[in-house]
Amino acid sequence: MTILKRITTAALGAALLTSLAPAQAADDTIKVGVLHSLSGTMAISETTLKDTMLMLIDEQNKKGGLLGKQLEAVVVDPASNWPLFAEKARELIAKDKVAAVFGCWTSVSRKSVLPVFEELDSLLFYPVQYEGEESSKNVFYTGAAPNQQAIPAVDYLMNELGVKRWVLAGTDYVYPRTTNKILEAYLKAKGVAADDIMINYTPFGHSDWQSIVADIKKFGSAGKKTAVVSTINGDANVPFYKELGNQGVSAEDIPVVAFSVGEEELSGIDTKPLIGHLAAWNYFMSVEDETNDAFIDAWHAFIKNDDRVTNDPMEAHYIGFNMWVEAVKKAGTTDAKAVQDAIIGVAVPNLSGGLATMMPNHHITKPVLIGEIQDDGQFVTVWSTAGTVVGDAWSDYLEGSKDIIADWRVPLACGNYNVKTGKCSGQNY
Amino acid sequence: MCTIFGTECAPFAGMGSRHAICSTLPMHGAATADFTLAGLVVLVVALLVASPAVRAGDDALAAALAGLDTRSFDAKARAVEAIAATRDPRAAGLLQALLDGRLMRAKADDRFVLADDADGGYAITDALSGAVLGTVGKRKLARLSINNALRTQLRGFIAEAALDNPDAATRRAAVEAMAGHLDGDSRAVLDRLRGSEPDARVRAALDTAIALYDLEQGDDDAQTAAIAVLRGSLDPVARGRLAAIAEDPEAPRALQAAASSALASIENRIATYEFLQMVFFGLSLGSVLVLAAIGLAITFGVMGVINMAHGELIMLGAYTTYVVQLAMPNHLGWSLAVAVPAAFLVAALVGIAIERGVIRFLYGRPLETLLATFGVSLVLQQAVRTIFSPLNRSVATPAWMSGSLELNSVLSLTYNRLYIMAFALIVFAALMAVLRYTRLGLEVRAVAQNRAMARAIGVRGARVDALTFGLGSGVAGVAGVALSQLTNVGPNLGQAYIVDSFMVVVFGGVGNLWGTLVAGLGLGVANKFLEPWAGAVMAKILVLVFIIVFIQKRPRGLFPQRGRAAES
Amino acid sequence: MITRWLMNDRGGAVMLGVLLLAALVVPLANLGIGADSPLHVSTYTVTLLGKYLCYAVLALALDLVWGYCGVLSLGHGAFFALGGYAMGMYLMRQIGERGVYGNPLLPDFMVFLNWERLPWYWHGFDMFWFALVMVALAPGLLAFVFGWLAFRSRVTGVYLSIITQALTYALMLAFFRNEMGFGGNNGLTDFKDLLGFDLQADATRVSLFLASAALLAIAYVACRHITGSRLGRVVVAVRDAENRARFLGYRVENYKLWVFTFSAVLAGLAGALYVPQVGIINPSEFQPLNSIELVIWVAVGGRGTLWGAAAGAVLVNYAKTSFTAVLPEVWLFALGALFVLTTLLLPRGLAGLLRNRGEAR
Repeated sequence: MTILKRITTAALGAALLTSLAPAQAADDTIKVGVLHSLSGTMAISETTLKDTMLMLIDEQNKKGGLLGKQLEAVVVDPASNWPLFAEKARELIAKDKVAAVFGCWTSVSRKSVLPVFEELDSLLFYPVQYEGEESSKNVFYTGAAPNQQAIPAVDYLMNELGVKRWVLAGTDYVYPRTTNKILEAYLKAKGVAADDIMINYTPFGHSDWQSIVADIKKFGSAGKKTAVVSTINGDANVPFYKELGNQGVSAEDIPVVAFSVGEEELSGIDTKPLIGHLAAWNYFMSVEDETNDAFIDAWHAFIKNDDRVTNDPMEAHYIGFNMWVEAVKKAGTTDAKAVQDAIIGVAVPNLSGGLATMMPNHHITKPVLIGEIQDDGQFVTVWSTAGTVVGDAWSDYLEGSKDIIADWRVPLACGNYNVKTGKCSGQNY
Repeated sequence: MCTIFGTECAPFAGMGSRHAICSTLPMHGAATADFTLAGLVVLVVALLVASPAVRAGDDALAAALAGLDTRSFDAKARAVEAIAATRDPRAAGLLQALLDGRLMRAKADDRFVLADDADGGYAITDALSGAVLGTVGKRKLARLSINNALRTQLRGFIAEAALDNPDAATRRAAVEAMAGHLDGDSRAVLDRLRGSEPDARVRAALDTAIALYDLEQGDDDAQTAAIAVLRGSLDPVARGRLAAIAEDPEAPRALQAAASSALASIENRIATYEFLQMVFFGLSLGSVLVLAAIGLAITFGVMGVINMAHGELIMLGAYTTYVVQLAMPNHLGWSLAVAVPAAFLVAALVGIAIERGVIRFLYGRPLETLLATFGVSLVLQQAVRTIFSPLNRSVATPAWMSGSLELNSVLSLTYNRLYIMAFALIVFAALMAVLRYTRLGLEVRAVAQNRAMARAIGVRGARVDALTFGLGSGVAGVAGVALSQLTNVGPNLGQAYIVDSFMVVVFGGVGNLWGTLVAGLGLGVANKFLEPWAGAVMAKILVLVFIIVFIQKRPRGLFPQRGRAAES
Repeated sequence: MITRWLMNDRGGAVMLGVLLLAALVVPLANLGIGADSPLHVSTYTVTLLGKYLCYAVLALALDLVWGYCGVLSLGHGAFFALGGYAMGMYLMRQIGERGVYGNPLLPDFMVFLNWERLPWYWHGFDMFWFALVMVALAPGLLAFVFGWLAFRSRVTGVYLSIITQALTYALMLAFFRNEMGFGGNNGLTDFKDLLGFDLQADATRVSLFLASAALLAIAYVACRHITGSRLGRVVVAVRDAENRARFLGYRVENYKLWVFTFSAVLAGLAGALYVPQVGIINPSEFQPLNSIELVIWVAVGGRGTLWGAAAGAVLVNYAKTSFTAVLPEVWLFALGALFVLTTLLLPRGLAGLLRNRGEAR
């Protein structure tokens, strides 16, 4: 009995004590949280971003740190598990007392941590292109909103390639749903008939694309130039492109423009059959610019592998991190509230030779680049916007959101302000 | 068309033929796919009119080539036209090199070179003189990138000589490219070629192309004749034009009827082929399921081990393929042949290690094998993450597995699926043979039926267990080689197949390999037939619900084991 | 009577004691002691403990069917998730006009999908009592129908395990579909309040923690009661020799069905308390892997000892929490090794280890 009791209480006691122990917030460092999945399905994409953050923090420290203190990365593994994301976010903010968190990839992980960041009033830098329809006081969206990726890509296909028939293929979750909804509205506004739009959703990790590719082929054989706009997510892309290649769908017949396929995804595919298919991003590794060359060199040196590629979300972290650093310098403190105010308007160089500015809606300005896949797994830029495009949190093409704006400057200070009703809704603070 | 484009002709010196090569000079700068087609037709006309001209000099080609040194694709398109316009015999080769990505610019002296992969960089030769320039590092050369529009344009120029090509398949491709874009002149050209064409399939292609033109432009008689030719043609353009006539209220009644009936016959044929295609898709999905599940049919079905690490053994096979390809980068075609035995060995050894290290302590406690092997699967996943990084690895598809066997424009069977179907059957047959005809097989069956009795008559249970588990694991590894050709090679590969594998084995009947085969193929076909009707997700859900209900009807699967062993 | 079986069940007694202690100490240490004090328990810890307790209830539910009834369900996560969804739907309806699009009736994702009206199965969820009924009814009914079919057809052993897995897998795919009207991949999130209490307030969190502790205690006593009753004895007999029990005249399938359904309801209740504490419910809760992990908690803790299952759930999840923070790169090695070693060295789990020691003395 006594032994039993002792063991049980010891175990539970240990558990309690460890969590009880106050985080040793050393005063000489500033902690930065890194919240990316290192295991599970999303590890494929997110591990690289963790390494990117470690590199950026390392470089900042070499430059003498921030506010005279060294930066310290706190890395946790939310394991591609959405409730765990919320738990780990809370752990980073409440227990480790990090000054800001860089992390998340999927929309659902962001949705899962959002209430935590709002409750504890901390900062999240979210580096991935996403569906928009959100602007939180505590989140900075350094990836593309739909108007910074999807719409320019469709414009390119329509104007430069003369595409008349559209396949909108995506994985069944909120980002493709939103993007396709926006695109459908946009295409119809441009006079495309409903018959000329085919929408198809597949589950995550879909691996058997035979029927769908055959359908696309059939749809594309109607005599009008056809293109596929793909919002297919991560893992499902490899079998999709393999099937395209094998069924002989070449980029010249039916080009596929993808919003979720970057250099890193391509490094896992034999790209020969994919030459000429397109992707729309705000950064390509092949961009010729000095800052980009320096970034690539630093990355290769940090990861100790010259074959590793860089991609768009990495650039987003690069921009986000530098913006945060500048804002902290401007505010003179890492206090979340002060940084929230200071960061609006901060402009830092992006990797394609321009400037990225944090807008009042917590989205940033980005150039839009369209690239074609080459046989070495890189993209060659075939088109780009003249300047940068401002990220639009609330799409102009969606019924519910065209009247909504986000502006976090006083006096409005609202992420969801309806200009018609004059009401600010859906806020958690 | 000649009102838009001027033409100039020169003898095609390189081929020493009496024909002439003819280039087109656009009156205005835009380079489009239409332009290429126009050029093609003009070329054909010129080929037959053969007039002598002079060969262009080096300077013209060099100057035209220099035009490629630009970042603007429009400028490149003009340069490509200029190159073609030099009528230089080397032009076609250079354009082909540009299309293949072999044409590059040396950064040091702006010289254009042809680059081929070599150790330590590229082996380069001068693009104009053909002089060998040795090997240089990859960073010393600038690639000349091209886009889709350029690619189309290049293919057009390169195909210009194709109608005259000695290879029948190339000629046919050229004709098919022209079909649907003919005008009066080119129709006449094709008609003339038709007379001298020796190859039956090329002739058929010519007939279709001419009929397509007649259908749109010809008089009523020609149209009627064309409809007769096109009856049963699967060409999508033909379908479109026939439909246009069938629905055209101004067309003569008889013509309309003929078009409708031709259309109906086409639709019938298409429906048949689409049905066949669906069967093919289903069988191919089924063969993937069979491959993924068959190793499990041994470890789980025969040995009773709930092997949650099965998926990771498949993953190991896929990674082995990756490593084999890394080790022999110059023999891609053979890499899979090497990878199959290698993957079998790797997975089998890991399997034996799992059996000796963990599972042998757990016989008689099948549910606990689930726990232990789940732990093993986590360790294996993390191990490949640590060794190979969490990123997907690129496994190349050898040339003989790429592309598809195009039976007609509706039905084409992709080679990789065909090979994988055959491979699944071979693996299945080999496994059956091992179990039926070898001593190991006999012992395996004995142990599976009655462990104690087998031991009593002298079967060395421990050795048999290890080898059986090794066999099942090895087969899983072999499946990994096949899957590496279809899907991602990454740490999550195994998880994607584990649930499906268990479903297949249980549906087929635990302990029965035939059951696994029938179940795998059956579920694959069912899934594919449901998919167009219900969508990919609902199809899968329906199949799962079907399995649940089916197990209620036959609680021991499709082919239940009989006798005492079934009760345990 | 309760005191009598508590005397015979030291593990259970300790567990209930610890629960009581935690229920007294944690609220005090969270609300009563200032954040600067070393004795303060952070809200983070409170939520975490609450989550563990929900998992413990779930493990208890599984142990009842697996440990006592011999039915290895690889789909118990489905019942947990269904309970969670029922609660999530209530919480969604509570958001009302505070949603992103400010629609008083429709949750945001429906506005977004252009749905005009609330689907019929969302009606009633604005009432807490209705949601509570559904929390029990949805998983219970599914388990009843499923069990009624499966047990009457005498589906047993691995066949049963695999079709339960098929069940949860099918549900996962179904809930992933946006057309289903449960929010697709994003699931239900952005909850505001429960019965009018702000979910982000410390007091609410502590209350939820207390509710979880109470649920665990009640569930434990109930399970204990069932296993100690005549029904429990028959059930154990079914586990050990199903045919013999059948030949003795017991309606085996009825007993199994009863226990299976009860267990599913319990899992649903655990899910319902889990959702407001973690703040999201999404189809990945239906993942077959989750259900397998659940089996592992029970195995680690000790199959066939109720308190062992609960302790296993807490321990494994605590290990997961700390491993993912301390060893983010290699924690799967540690967790995997833990599972392998437990199976090999502790065939009856931690509970078995403790009991052996107790008996040895």
